[in-house]
Amino acid sequence: MTVITFTLIMLAAAYMAGLLGSLTGLGGGVVLIPLLTLVFHVDMRYAIGSALLASIANSSGAASAYIKEGITNIRLGMFLEIATTIGAVCGAVIAVFTPTNTIAILLGVVLLFSAAMTLRRKNEQALQQGSRLSHLLKLNNSYPTKDGVVHYELKNVAGGFGMMLVAGVLSGLLGIGSGALKVLAMDSTMRIPFKVSTTTSNFMIGVTAAASAVVYLQRGYIVPDIAFPVVLGVLGGAFTGARLLKVINASTLRYIFCAAIAFIALEMMYNGLHHKF
Amino acid sequence: MSFIKKLVDRDVEVIVGKMLRYGVFTASGIVLAGGIFYLIQRGHTLVPNYQHFHSEGKEFTTFSGIIKGAAGFSSTEVIQLGVMVLLATPILRIVMSLGAFALEKDKLYVGITALVLAVILFSMFGGLKV
Repeated sequence: MTVITFTLIMLAAAYMAGLLGSLTGLGGGVVLIPLLTLVFHVDMRYAIGSALLASIANSSGAASAYIKEGITNIRLGMFLEIATTIGAVCGAVIAVFTPTNTIAILLGVVLLFSAAMTLRRKNEQALQQGSRLSHLLKLNNSYPTKDGVVHYELKNVAGGFGMMLVAGVLSGLLGIGSGALKVLAMDSTMRIPFKVSTTTSNFMIGVTAAASAVVYLQRGYIVPDIAFPVVLGVLGGAFTGARLLKVINASTLRYIFCAAIAFIALEMMYNGLHHKF
Repeated sequence: MSFIKKLVDRDVEVIVGKMLRYGVFTASGIVLAGGIFYLIQRGHTLVPNYQHFHSEGKEFTTFSGIIKGAAGFSSTEVIQLGVMVLLATPILRIVMSLGAFALEKDKLYVGITALVLAVILFSMFGGLKV
């Protein structure tokens, strides 16, 4: 295949991945890895390297809008980034000793879990009495809603921190943002309102992904031929997705996409179990 | 938190947000420029084999290698330079937050932010590439 055909096909594929990732709220990386490995037969390591780039681009691009609205809890994000970055570095180290087939199976499991997570009931309730630690660490905050400013407090800081460590390891090992797990840690464990959880999770993804991407760049997982179409395609797709979300009601679409993602996840696991990677 | 402090806090947040957006724009601009250049130069050559992993040379994997290649307008290294700008964006965000917390004299968060920065710097220079 010539460079120009490869680039054009890859650009279209990355665009679709970015679009799907933004419509489902799962991020560009999770869709990109199966696409690169299953359809283009790209080696898992290159797929992981470029998926991390996609995650960083998505996170940084979207975070600015949410920060402007004042929903993102920056102190909380900063504090939990201790856990996610340490986890990510560990994940990048473990990756060296992990066979690519194992990574594929793990990725399938995480994909299934993420798809299920988007269909789950969200926590809309703002907790009024937080734990002692949440006060000590100044994690309680407020955010604007249609009905005025809502104050919220949070609990179970240690539990949330622990889950963030796991999210970080998975992010470093699999090259994904692991947004679903981050949201779960904040939403169900720390009882943070859903809107704050999702935006703060998105804010954290860039730093988490960068922590392992700097290692992968040095290992040669990130190559210009793939980085070029992936970065531009995913960003374009995510941008279109964000605009579409304002116009259309995505809830029905979300079910269809989640079913599609579940199918992809099973495909990844099947191929991993049969040592196709 | 006093009113003025809260105001400063919001300002810094907005600046951090803008910085993230400009970082992504700059990175994609560089990647696009390098990419177009690359297509013109080598669009009709065959794609390297990416079905099996092989280690890349210094020109794509080290800071000095990428800078050297990009300074000589080698298209592939220009793309990698864009990648480096993309990776640097969230890291720069941490540095800015560190400054912001220092201005607010929030010692606890200066410490927390410094710790996160230390982890990332360790990841960069800790010799983890093997």
